[in-house]
Amino acid sequence: MSVAAKSVSGAGFDVERARADFPILQQKVHGKPLVYLDNAATAQKPRAVIEAISRYYEGTNSNVHRGVHYLSEQATNEYEEVRRTAQKFLNAADPREIIFVRGTTEGINLVAQSFGRSNVQAGDEILITGMEHHSNIVPWQIVSDERAATLRAAPINDAGELDLEAFSKMIGPKTKLVAVTHVSNALGTVNPVRRMVEIAHSFQVPVLVDGAQAAPHMKVDVQALGCDFYTFSGHKVYGPTGIGVLYGRAALLEKMPPYQGGGDMILSVTFEKTVYNRLPYKFEAGTPHIAGVIGLGAALDYVNRLGLEQIGAHESELLRYATDTLSAIPGLRIIGTARDKASVLSFTIEDIHPHDIGTILDQQGVAIRTGHHCSQPVMQHFGVEATARASFGLYNTKEEVDTLVRAIERAREVFE
Amino acid sequence: MSDLGDLYRELILEHSKAPRNFRQSPAATRKAEGFNPLCGDRFTVYLTIEGDSIRDISFQGSGCAISKASASMMTQAVKGKSAAQAGRLFESFHRLCTGQPHSNADAELGKLTVFSGVSEYPMRVKCATLAWHTLQAALEGKQETTTE
Ligand SMILES: Cc1ncc(COP(=O)(O)O)c(C=O)c1O
Repeated sequence: MSVAAKSVSGAGFDVERARADFPILQQKVHGKPLVYLDNAATAQKPRAVIEAISRYYEGTNSNVHRGVHYLSEQATNEYEEVRRTAQKFLNAADPREIIFVRGTTEGINLVAQSFGRSNVQAGDEILITGMEHHSNIVPWQIVSDERAATLRAAPINDAGELDLEAFSKMIGPKTKLVAVTHVSNALGTVNPVRRMVEIAHSFQVPVLVDGAQAAPHMKVDVQALGCDFYTFSGHKVYGPTGIGVLYGRAALLEKMPPYQGGGDMILSVTFEKTVYNRLPYKFEAGTPHIAGVIGLGAALDYVNRLGLEQIGAHESELLRYATDTLSAIPGLRIIGTARDKASVLSFTIEDIHPHDIGTILDQQGVAIRTGHHCSQPVMQHFGVEATARASFGLYNTKEEVDTLVRAIERAREVFE
Repeated sequence: MSDLGDLYRELILEHSKAPRNFRQSPAATRKAEGFNPLCGDRFTVYLTIEGDSIRDISFQGSGCAISKASASMMTQAVKGKSAAQAGRLFESFHRLCTGQPHSNADAELGKLTVFSGVSEYPMRVKCATLAWHTLQAALEGKQETTTE
């Protein structure tokens, strides 16, 4: 059986062909072929993205929404075209609901500062879950502290799944917002977001969804989910760093005060009074990361071309294969065993610290993440300081999982 | 290519599995906590100082093999030494871990030279030196230190 034939999985998804799109994957690390399994931290970039950014700087570079000249018009058109691409990517009703931000972190901070400050009062509550990334905890802590409100976290069980019943009971008249991750970066758990939105909405509580780990792996439909805010980072969807998207329901965004002040977000300024620009520009102060937006557009086009369903099916198969093979390793414990998981395999090995696992794997060309994954409360829940985490992307193969397994065996030999 | 065997030397693995002086010391006159936020390694170093000399030293906590073995071997190396001697030893050890050892490092450091392989792994220097930073903090009367 040829390697290519072995690697075609899912609904005819051709992983070898996809791999060829990523120049960085062709290299060796410590003399071994790179096996990149740190996709939850950031994904590699296909040539289409790299070239779109070069093309922009070589041929189109100009400021947007400002010039009357040719290049500025070109740049503005390309920039706004990506807004429509992002709108379709999330199935948002209107391009005005798409705000370009630096990434998920900024998307959450924007909502925390703008929505939070204008809606959260002393004694109110904000509800998150026990599996959030620090970036979906700390912004809410800041608002809660400022407003004398309370931040609460719905518990998770030993599989790393949300306790939906406890979650329902924690929502009440004091709750002003629910913020939840779609997919957990530390555990891989996929949350029942649609159901959570239904519950929250039955109390008239809006919901923000942290989509950082979901957008690269599944088709997201914000209208079907019913959520009020959804945010993701470009760099985890094979796009550039420094750019991301915040979706917000227009009715809510209209009522929210600006997040930052500056150019582009105003219609007119006098020293007495400033009239803010309409959506989405009200929330895009200053010269944006135009090249980043162009690169993001190329990345979204790329994953759309491959098909998120095909990508998701391929990754699910890899995750299943990796879960089965790693489970057979003596002393290995998988952290996060939810029924519905995406891409992420967190584990510990008896008597070997994750940091040592990381170094030994790296020597064999295998890149994984070790540590607390910016989710210290999750680590505390499972009684560990850190885990080793392999996370899969569209270009990973079963052969690479086999290399991971051999590398883990090598770590066990070192520590025998 | 660096060889894993240069990092995970037999003596290091042995100390990481069976660390010496690995206990709390309720009677300690000083203690400090060291934390590496990057990987979550966390150690407390307990000191009993008599006059100018470290009469007793122990540690507790969790971390990777490198940080634990380093802490263990450090407690053996500095027991009975003065604060100034311990400081000089740390300086010499730090130079070893960053690939700039003193010319007489072997004589100064003795068994601690097993950590020379760390210099090939820049990401692990913080692991090897965490306990030492913590010792330094305890000697200076600080309660906490991080390697950031
Ligand atoms: C679940 C989750 N939320 C938020 C973030 C923050 O994303 P960024 O650092 O791109 O803003 C991450 C990234 O690690 C994440 O995994």
